[in-house]
Amino acid sequence: MSEAARTGAVPARKASPGSVRRAFQPWNDPAAKPLVSFRNVVKRFGNVTAVDDLSLSLYPREFFALLGPSGCGKTTLMRMLAGFETPDAGEILLDGVDITKVPPHRRPINMMFQSYALFPHLSVADNVAYGLRREGLPKPEITRRVEEMLALVKLDGLGKRRPDQLSGGQRQRVALARSLAKRPKLLLLDEPMAALDRKLREATQFELMDLQSELGLTFMVVTHDQDEAMTMADRMAVMSHGKLVQIGPPDVIYEAPATRYVAEFVGDINIIEGRVASVAGDLVTVESATAGTVELDEEAPSLKPGEAIFVGLRPEKITLSHDEPGQGVNKVAGEIWDIGYLGDFTMVQVMVGGEGGQLLKVALANRTRRIARPFAWEDKVWLSWDVEAGLVLPP
Amino acid sequence: MSGRGATARRLVVALPYLWLMLFFLAPFAIVLRIALSEVASAVPPYQPHFEGFSKLGEFLSGLDLGNFKTLLDDVLSGDSLYGASYLYSLRIAALTTLFALLIGYPLAYAMAVAPKRWQGALLVFVVLPFWTSFLIRVYAWMGILGPEGPLDKLLMGLGLTDEPLRLLNTEAAVLIGMVYSYLPFMVLPLFASLQKFDRSLLEAAADLGATPLTAFLTVTLPLSLPGILAGAALVFIPCVSEFVIPDLLGGPDTLMIGGVIWNEVFSNRDWPLASAIAIALLVVLVLPLVLLQRARVARERAA
Repeated sequence: MSEAARTGAVPARKASPGSVRRAFQPWNDPAAKPLVSFRNVVKRFGNVTAVDDLSLSLYPREFFALLGPSGCGKTTLMRMLAGFETPDAGEILLDGVDITKVPPHRRPINMMFQSYALFPHLSVADNVAYGLRREGLPKPEITRRVEEMLALVKLDGLGKRRPDQLSGGQRQRVALARSLAKRPKLLLLDEPMAALDRKLREATQFELMDLQSELGLTFMVVTHDQDEAMTMADRMAVMSHGKLVQIGPPDVIYEAPATRYVAEFVGDINIIEGRVASVAGDLVTVESATAGTVELDEEAPSLKPGEAIFVGLRPEKITLSHDEPGQGVNKVAGEIWDIGYLGDFTMVQVMVGGEGGQLLKVALANRTRRIARPFAWEDKVWLSWDVEAGLVLPP
Repeated sequence: MSGRGATARRLVVALPYLWLMLFFLAPFAIVLRIALSEVASAVPPYQPHFEGFSKLGEFLSGLDLGNFKTLLDDVLSGDSLYGASYLYSLRIAALTTLFALLIGYPLAYAMAVAPKRWQGALLVFVVLPFWTSFLIRVYAWMGILGPEGPLDKLLMGLGLTDEPLRLLNTEAAVLIGMVYSYLPFMVLPLFASLQKFDRSLLEAAADLGATPLTAFLTVTLPLSLPGILAGAALVFIPCVSEFVIPDLLGGPDTLMIGGVIWNEVFSNRDWPLASAIAIALLVVLVLPLVLLQRARVARERAA
């Protein structure tokens, strides 16, 4: 991480990220004017519909992440915003102005390419200066801005190098500096961390967040990496087959996924099939073949007894024990089939509902360095969880 | 590393050198030796002859730079046939290179951006002319450009001209023939360099505010410079010494250096002077290339 960040030169966000994020919710403010609006945008390639009647608004200073598997249309959506693809239907507004037909070189939007697309014949400084030269800025101003940008991404003194004389991480910074140099209203980042190793990726994620809040810019990141999206974004959207399945802050997406698809795409989750037995106020009781009776605290007035539903249960919300837990909680007996040690936590797979039942994943935080762990293969164990832990997913 | 491996490696490296020695250096040495000789009514028509190593001293003292001196004096005299045809050759070669570039670049670009499945076929079309004899193709141009030829008929039929253009035996005819014949040598290296070109760089340029023209001038063109230089060298160098095309399509005022050498060898039977002209040509052509290459290496080292 940067020296500035460590010594606290970058304010607010570092100190209390939670509070800053909570306060910033323009999408809930009906008076807020969106920076970008997609209105019923459709894009087809041959007979494949890459983006299907999609509407979306991004707000100024927002860090927005678009998450989805490859081929879901997220890159197409971003390329339409940059101007490299033209929608077949619908319109795209920037600051209330229709930019659907505006060519890329006239849009105040810049993009950081997944491949970085650095000009190999130009030095680092000339790469960063490229956009400024196109604006016809005076030379001293360009030099000043280039130095400023290189300092911002901590590449001072490397201006004379060529892209092929840089490491992967440095190239990524040049690409970032180049796309920020024109101070775009909106910066698009296409899989910005894909080519970095894990350690560098984590450090860069935080730097990118600092930069974004420091410069007061709007960022839109396209990624298939959910950790990346959850770490950085104020709001994220999960995309599938050309449609946005759910939009919301990362914690809402994770804790209250709208569909089974979102629940399974973001994070690990156990899905239990069952039927609604009864609904009493907020308490939903579900009968399942594998996990027995499951009680859920869920506001779901539309549920009717007898209805088939899925219950989603995150592995970290399940408690594992050798002894049967007391009354008043959801519990089911099972046998440990597999233990995967992952360092920070251990993923245990437990077969519940007897032979031919269902494997449930349980995440155990490794809080001590104790090597002898309390659970072993083929142990008979009990799984238990709160009524708040499970969630109802529409089939 | 085993001794055998090292020997094998040396052998592999030695082979191309051996090839160059046999088929480039040895012929060059023979031409140089003739250039240093003088004309004689003998077979072959120059002297001294090499009569064994015992008379090596005599042989060597018989060689001198007389032909080069004659050539230099003539060129310096101002009103020189050799000097004029050198310059004319350079001019025709330069014009040919220019036109080949102007036609070849768009062609190569179109091929490079064409769908992959067409590129093979397009490439075949570019090299297809090579499957017919070069001479036949030049003869065909004689027919096309000749009086009452199809070109004249077409242009007059369309009402673009009132009278025949009389293109044959003019410089224009020579240029048409040269550009036609050497175009593939321009297109192929250009295609190779443009095909490698990463199109996302153009998107990056557009994203940063470059119009399509600016993006071409600041990104595509500089990055295809190696292809341009290779193509220009492949066209320019053989064009300078081109002999057949000016002879068949040109007229009395399109005497290129190749024609002069032909005259010296076959009409005047002055092999030594012809050899001297050929070597002077080589120096004129190769020296700038060597200097250019050196400058490039020096620049790359500095960077």
